Parts: sequence; structure tokens; C-alpha cells
Amino acid sequence: MAVTRMFGASVKRREDARMMTGRAHYTDDVRRNHTVHMSVVRSPYAHANITNIDSSEAAQMPGVVGVFTGADLVDDVAPVPCAWLLPDCNLKVPEYRAIAVDKARFVGDPVAVVIAEDRYQAEDAADAVKVSYEPLDVVTNQEAAVKDGAPQLYDDVPNNLAFQWKLSGGNFEEANQSADIRISQRFVNQRLIPNAMETRGVLADYNPGSGSLEVWLTSQNPHIHRLLLSAVTGIPEMNIRVDSTDVGGGFGSKIPLYGGEMIACGIAKKLGKPVKWMESRRENYVTTAHGRDHIDYVDLAATSDGKITGIRVEAYANHGAYLSTAAPGVPTWLFGTMLSGPYKIPNIECTMNGVLTNTTTTDAYRGAGRPEATYLLERMMDLLAKETGLDPVEVRRRNFIQPDEFPYTVATTLQYDSGNYDAALDQALEMVGYEELRKKQEDLRSQGRYLGIGFSTYVEVCGLAPSSAAGMMGFQGGLWESATVRVHPSGKATVLTGASPHGQGEETTFAQLVSHETGIPFHDIEIVHGDTDRIPFGWGTYGSRSTAVGGSAIVYASRNIVEKAKRFAAHMLESSPEDIDFNDGVFSVKGSPERSKTIQDVALAAHLAWDLPEGEKPGLEDSYFFDPTNFTFPFGTHICVVEVDAETGTTEVQKYVAVDDLGNVINPMIVDGQVHGGIAQGLAQALYEYAAYDEGGQLLTGSMMDYCVPKFEHIPHMDVGRTVTTTPVNPMGLKGAGETGTIASTPAVVNAIIDALSPLGIKHMDMPFTPQRVWEAIQERKGS
Amino acid sequence: MYPAEFDYHRPESVSDAIKLLQENPEAKLLAGGHSLLPVMKLRLAQPSALVDISRISDLKGVREDGDTIVIGAMTTYSELMGSDVIKQKLPCLIDAADNVGDVQVRNMGTIGGACAHCDPASDFPAILLALESEIKSVGPNGERTQSSSEFFMDMFTPKLEPDEVVTEIRIPNVSNIAKATYIKFAHPASGYAIVGIGAVRTNDGNVQLSVTGSVPIAARLSAVESEISGKDLSDDNIKAAAEKATEGLDFVGDIHASDEYRAHLTKVYARRALESLK
Ligand SMILES: Cc1cc2nc3c(=O)[nH]c(=O)nc-3n(C[C@H](O)[C@H](O)[C@H](O)COP(=O)(O)OP(=O)(O)OC[C@H]3O[C@@H](n4cnc5c(N)ncnc54)[C@H](O)[C@@H]3O)c2cc1C
Repeated sequence: MAVTRMFGASVKRREDARMMTGRAHYTDDVRRNHTVHMSVVRSPYAHANITNIDSSEAAQMPGVVGVFTGADLVDDVAPVPCAWLLPDCNLKVPEYRAIAVDKARFVGDPVAVVIAEDRYQAEDAADAVKVSYEPLDVVTNQEAAVKDGAPQLYDDVPNNLAFQWKLSGGNFEEANQSADIRISQRFVNQRLIPNAMETRGVLADYNPGSGSLEVWLTSQNPHIHRLLLSAVTGIPEMNIRVDSTDVGGGFGSKIPLYGGEMIACGIAKKLGKPVKWMESRRENYVTTAHGRDHIDYVDLAATSDGKITGIRVEAYANHGAYLSTAAPGVPTWLFGTMLSGPYKIPNIECTMNGVLTNTTTTDAYRGAGRPEATYLLERMMDLLAKETGLDPVEVRRRNFIQPDEFPYTVATTLQYDSGNYDAALDQALEMVGYEELRKKQEDLRSQGRYLGIGFSTYVEVCGLAPSSAAGMMGFQGGLWESATVRVHPSGKATVLTGASPHGQGEETTFAQLVSHETGIPFHDIEIVHGDTDRIPFGWGTYGSRSTAVGGSAIVYASRNIVEKAKRFAAHMLESSPEDIDFNDGVFSVKGSPERSKTIQDVALAAHLAWDLPEGEKPGLEDSYFFDPTNFTFPFGTHICVVEVDAETGTTEVQKYVAVDDLGNVINPMIVDGQVHGGIAQGLAQALYEYAAYDEGGQLLTGSMMDYCVPKFEHIPHMDVGRTVTTTPVNPMGLKGAGETGTIASTPAVVNAIIDALSPLGIKHMDMPFTPQRVWEAIQERKGS
Repeated sequence: MYPAEFDYHRPESVSDAIKLLQENPEAKLLAGGHSLLPVMKLRLAQPSALVDISRISDLKGVREDGDTIVIGAMTTYSELMGSDVIKQKLPCLIDAADNVGDVQVRNMGTIGGACAHCDPASDFPAILLALESEIKSVGPNGERTQSSSEFFMDMFTPKLEPDEVVTEIRIPNVSNIAKATYIKFAHPASGYAIVGIGAVRTNDGNVQLSVTGSVPIAARLSAVESEISGKDLSDDNIKAAAEKATEGLDFVGDIHASDEYRAHLTKVYARRALESLK
């Protein structure tokens, strides 16, 4: 297929006008008559027996429709489901009640809900619900939680260990024994809080007449949520409509199904009235799933010339008080399998302990597992460089998988599709001016200044995924994607996709794809997503899969449309399909271009059906279900240059270069945006963001006053470049661009800071590099 | 994030406002609302009524009264930054205002509100102290003018009666100011000062320095002032003076910045502020 203008064009995002002028329909914008509003009474204790709930006063307050406790709803709403049931790891899924019954396990755990005519009344009444607690000992740290004698969250989960998952390839022990160099390091990958611009929420409207439930939901995967809501409410799947057309960001936090949404549906059915609940930002901080929170013990074995022979990770992931929907998969399959990175590491061993603590649940957060793997690996590469005396660039090059070795199967059994790691590294080195920088660094060091250069040569896995892999991993779903391309009689088209964009811009890129394939003008193509009553079944948006998987379904459906249209055009032109050329939406007879029909002519003829070709059916529509044969593996090099002000501990990012290889790119501007945003998020983990709990399990960083989501002034200028190595896995040869920035940037920034501080003898520090922490480390070294 | 119920009044004059405060002992004045409303949304404050004085025109604007510049209490940061008098005669207030929050905050927040709130991390108390400003208020028994060092009594506690309204901020002896500035080490999340330093050099060789953020309430750095005043602003003198920045002060810490770190930053920022007075 010749690449025409649409594929590769920086078309402006068509969704933006709607979103930026307040004309989008986010969940809170949807209005239904007679809606009642929910407010949630939450546990102020991280761990406590609930001994009594007295709602008598609240029930009498103005506007109050009802007060419900966990016990009141046990028969209406089943426990919150976990949908990633890891095999062979002794997984224990504790009962996760949408409203806690008898015991609360984190600050913010719902203990009752109030339904009232407006939200203010509901909040007033929620304040008046009197709950008696008997506080219990609290554990918030995962290493502490697995120790004997730690407070136990559940009777049936000994030592709070939800699972112990192992993966190994080769034989690490042997490699370690024969190694010239052994490096061990403990890493803390701190807890992060996602902060989507739109908080979570739901409007649930049950129609007792038809027995159907309509749900407006802040969801990244409306069909998964429909299926799960059906399971927990008992309402048949075909009688539930979930609409998540406009969703204001998710970063993974809107993958899970949460208790609040389930309760609203259950109560809507009980009352026969629409129930609305939108999280406040404060609730969002304490109850929407957090991300990361690993402690990783890493051992690396290498030869004296810097070739890695093995890596072993023994890790603890903090899952919070319950297992959220996709939680068990994140620190296991999405982490352990990626421990080879872009390097040839023959022996890999990973043990992951999934731990329950008295904290907010954790789940997928942009990158989900891959940032954690990339972080520890890229830090280890720098430690190896130090140990061998090699330049960090050289040590990476020595271990890269080579271009002619693809497809390459790493020790963790993943098969990488394609790559050229040196090419991206070379381009990034040139863009940053590496040699000059090292000279500058020397100069500044002699003046007592601290300049640092940090690398991250990453590879990540996305385009999730072959469904057979999902089954093998214990993910309770498929990972194919669907599309319907429907050309109307006028020649305009509606495209239904199972992918569920929530800010990424696929209403634009998908229309570009269809226009590219069919020649139908971009503005004549409508992309419909997110509404289960309109779209075919789909698995949603996460794991940088929407375009690689959902886009592929659209391309194949479009190609089927063109094939059918070609047969119609041949018939109309009294020719045969083999003799028809197709270009930019025009079918013409080979050799006589004046004999032609446009795809719009064909669309009309196919709908009128006055004169059908032999054996053809009317209409011009195709549905396609695409299940990829493999994941895709984007890669690249990020380089960060920082100067640390030793006097205050402040880090200034002076340069940031990102060269990513995402395969072919449909819309460079949108991809740049994804890369920029991802880098901002990953850089924020290195410098700014951290969730902190006190000993009693209170979240100390529970607002934007305390938790630093980076602002414009915190984000450096970024130079973005690309190399192109296509993938054979999908018809567009593209890999996925949603998470690379987050995955790559964190270690680049950290490596730069450690490089800056290395004259002081500092080899490692844990994130985030807040000024105080850096200042203290410098003080300590200078003092000693 | 949903405040408890309250009544709302919008008096036309300061005297009406005082009357309303006397009639409703649980009421609070509302200025720009950018300190008060957030605590109400968290239900940490639940006033029975709000008395909105933000539109009383007598309380707005900047004027000159001889060698004194007078800022109406309900002047917003943005209005202050747009004032020609301030641009010409007190650009250090623009430095300070520029440091406050973001555009929305500056469009709503008022100088009087910032003073009356006495937030230990807020910017204006520091620069107003260094400028030896006065704060004028009106109550049922008439008006009084206090020095800023009297007025900023303690954390969230101005020297003010519950039925008293701040009406003016007065900056005297403006022609005697040779150079002045405000610099700040901001907390990355809140934007508030971890340390903020206001600094003034007068024509007669005095140096006036004040700190906010690292201490329970904005305060003068008197040990630094007496060390440097009358001396040359040489690097050595500045260094020696800045070393005294922590003398006589108690420092506060939290999860973001310990008291020790804030004390250290106070010295660093005192030095940097002095350097910019050269
Ligand atoms: C996102 C955000 C960021 C911010 N960042 C900063 C920052 O970086 N630096 C900074 O210094 N501040 C910051 N602020 C606070 C801002 O400056 C406030 O606007 C200011 O401190 C209070 O002024 P106000 O007019 O909003 O007062 P209000 O919130 O209306 O009132 C504050 C208090 O003062 C009382 N009061 C108000 N006016 C009077 C009066 N005339 N007489 C007596 N009592 C009165 C009120 O009753 C109330 O108790 C920020 C605020 C927000 C929301």
C-alpha cells in the first residue's frame, strides 16, 4: 500500500475542540431526571474492627434517601473481582467488599454510603453517620508486612503474602559463581499517585420496567466493566450499557473496577433511581489505585569486560489492602519478563512477593511493571560501568542484542519482534553532543560544580497482546480487538472500535488510518468508541495497545471494504476486479483512467442494490476481529543532562534528548505529545512525586498541595528524535507510543544525578531526588 | 470538598461589614477566598456566614499619600502588579506577587486577605515586614494602625479582633528605599515558600531582611541586619552576615523539608538576597 498523505501527517486532534471548549460529555456532565447523589463514609483508620454503625441521625437529615452499610448490600453487590488470577504462585485473593463489612483495612475504606437528593445533603449526612471502631495494629510497608508477627490483614492470607511468583531462564546460580564481577543493590521504586484530570465517577440508571442498567463510567475498558458489573450485580450483560465516551485521562487508574461504581449500580437498582457519584480530589488520592511501590533486591553477574551473564531479582510489591482488578499481573508478567531489557542476558531469575498492607490498592500505572524493570536494569548498567571502568555508553553497547539477531528470544521467553538499538543510541548521542558534554563536565568539576549525564537505553513490551498469552498469564480476558467500518450510502463512514481512547487522540489517528486505506476524506469519517451499545466487544485501552491492536482491526476492516468496493466498481465499469486500479478513493480501469468510479459512487450503488454483481450482498460494511501473534517492542535511548546545585540540593535538567523507535508513526504530532507527557511523568517520579504514609497508615501526601504533579515550570525542554524499525506483527508496522516516555525517562534522570554526584563517591540513592534528600547526601559525604 | 452550609452577605461598606460580623459571631470575612474556601471545602472551617468584602471599592487600589504608598486591602495581586505606582516605586512587590500561586490565584487573592490569614508560608508578610509597612484596620471602636511586626503575631493569628476589618497596607518612606527584592525557594507541589526572603536597602545604609516559610510566622532577621547595616555589601561581609540568619529563630519542619534543611536554606537565601541588594 502506497503511503499517502494521511498516514504520517500531523493532523490536528479533532477531539480537542470539544474537550477544550467544555463541550465534551464527561461522566459528571451527564444529567438524568430524579438523580440522587451518593457520598461515602470512609474509615479514618488504616486497620480497625467496625464495631457499630449508627445511621439513625443521618437518615433523618434533609434530603436523605437512604443510608447503606456493607452488611445492607451483601446480597445486592458481590465482592470486587480480581481479574488477573496468576497461575502457579499460590495466589490468594482475599474477599474485597465494595463496602467493608466488620473490618476496615486502609484509610479511606468505605464503611457506609449515604444517598441524598443533592451532594451537599449527602455530605452533611455522611458526617452524621456515627461509626465505632476498634483500631488494630497497622502495617504499610511490604517488607515489614511479610515478617512474622506483623499485623495480619486477613485470617486466610498468612504473612500478608498474596502470592509468590517465580520466573527463571537459564541458571543464575551458575552464572553468578563463575562471574568476574558481582554487583548487588537494593532499589526502592516509590509509590506514585496517578492524578487523572477527571476523577473517577459513575452515573447509574436502572430501569425497573426493562430490567436494564445504563452506566456512565470513567473507564478505560467499558466492555470489561460491563462484564464485571454483570457478574457483581446479576444483571445480564446484554441489559447493561456502559458509556465511557469522554474520559479525562486514566494512566491505568481507570482499568480496575472499583467498589464505588459497583455500589452506585447496586443502589440504583434497589431504589429505581439514577445514582451519581463523583470522587472528590481528596477521595481520588486515597481510594483510586496507586502505582509502582516495589522494593527490589538485584544481583548482577558479569565478566570483567562488562558482559552481563545473569541477573536475579528478589522483590516485594505492595498491593495495598486488597487485590485490585489487574494488580497481580503488573509486578509479575509485565515486570519479570522484561528483565533482559535490550541486552543479551542468558540467565535470569525473578521472585516476586505480592504483599497486602494497610494502604490504598495499587494497580497498573502508565508503564505498569516495565518502568520498574527498566529502572533497576538501567541503574545496574551504570553500576556495572563504574565497576568495569567503562563508559556507560560502551557497557550498554557491549550487551545489546544486534539487529540481525531478531526475532530474538530472551531468557524470560519473550520473543522481541525487531530492533536496532545502536542506531537509536547513536542518534541520541549526536543530538546531545556527548563528547562535548563530557569535556564540559570535566571543566565544571574542576570548579566544584556538579554536571551529570544519564542514559536509559530501554526496550518495552506493548501492543497487548496475543490472547493466548493472556490465558497463559492468568488474565481473565482476551486481548484481541474489534472494529466495524460502516460506509453509509453517502460515502461517509462510521468506524466502531473496541479500543477506548481517553485523551490519547485516536479519534484523529483512527480516522487517518481509514482515510489512508479507503480514500474517504478524513472529515467524512466518524470514530465511535466507549459506548457498549454502539460498539462491538473490545478489551479497551491500556498497555499501549489501542493502535497496534485496535488500529490493526480497523485497517483490515478497511481493506475488506476496499476489496468489496473494487468488485462493485469492476461491475459498474464492466470490467473485472483484477483490471481495476485503486488510488486515493478512486477505482479506475487499468490503462484507461477516465473510466472510473469513486468509493462514494460505489457506496451508493452498494446500498441501492439495483444492480448487484453476481453473488454479492448489498451494503458496504465490514467487521474485523484482530488477535495479534505477538507483542511489539518499542525501544530507544533517552539522555538527560542535569546540574545539581550542591548548596540547596536542587536538580536542574539542562538537556533532555529522547530518541524512540516506535516503528511507523501515523501522526507525529500526537506521538510527540505522548512522548513529552510520558517523559514529564517519568521525570516526576525521579524528582518530585512520592506517596508517603505515616506509621498509622495516614496518607501524608493526599492533596495537590503535598503531592507534586509536575507543573509547566518543572518540565524541561525536550528534544525528540526517532528511528524507524518496523514490526512484522501488524499491518501498519508500528509499535505503540503511549508509555515509552514514562518507562525510559526515570532512570535517565536518576543516572544523570548519580553521575553528577559521583565525584563525592555516591553510587546510588533512592528516588525521589528532592532537594533536601540530595543536600543531605552531599552533606554526609562532605562531612566524612 | 463540599463545604458545610453557610449564609452569604455582601455589604456595601466597611461599617456594614463590621455590623454583620457583630451580629454573626461565627461569621468570617471573605476576600479573594483563596485561603478560606479551600479550608471550608475540607470542612476544617465551618463559618456560619461569609461576609464578602471583596467588592467594596473603598478597599481597592493603590495610591500615594506623601512618601507613603497605600494599598487597599482588597487589591488583588494582579491589580497590584498592574499598578504604575508600584511598577515605578516598589517593584519588589511585583517580584513578590509574581511568586504567588498562579494566574487564577493572583486574580482572586488579595493583599489584605494574605495579611489577615497570617499563613506561615505566605509571601507578602515577609516583604511587607522588610519594608516596615503598617497595617490599618477598622473595628467597632474606630481605626488603628499597627506596624507589620506587631500585626503578624503568630501562625494564622494576626493581631486583630474578630470584628475588625483590615482596610489598608501602608508602606512609608518609599523615597528612602535604594533597592529591594523578594526571593523564594518554593515547595514544588504547593508553590508556597519553604523559604522566602524579603530584603531592603535604604539610602541611609540600613539593610532590612525578613523571612517566611521556614519559621512559624514571618519575622525580621535582626542578627543579619545588625551585622551588615552600615557596612559594605562585600562578599565577605555578606557571607558573615548571612551566617547569622538562623540566630534567635525557631525553625519548623514537615515531610517536605526538615527544620534543619529550612534553617540551612534560610542562610543560603539570606546570602542570595543580600547579594542582589548590591
Ligand atoms: C492554589 C493556590 C496557591 C497559592 N499559592 C500561594 C503562594 O505561592 N504564596 C502565597 O503567599 N499565597 C498563596 N496562596 C494563597 C493566596 O495568596 C491567598 O489568596 C491569600 O493568602 C489570601 O487572600 P484572599 O484574598 O484569598 O483571602 P481569603 O481566603 O478570602 O481570606 C483569608 C482569611 O483572611 C480573612 N480576611 C480576609 N480579608 C480580611 C480583611 N480585610 N480583614 C480581616 N480579615 C480578613 C478571612 O476571613 C480569612 O480568614 C495560594 C492559594 C491557592 C489557592
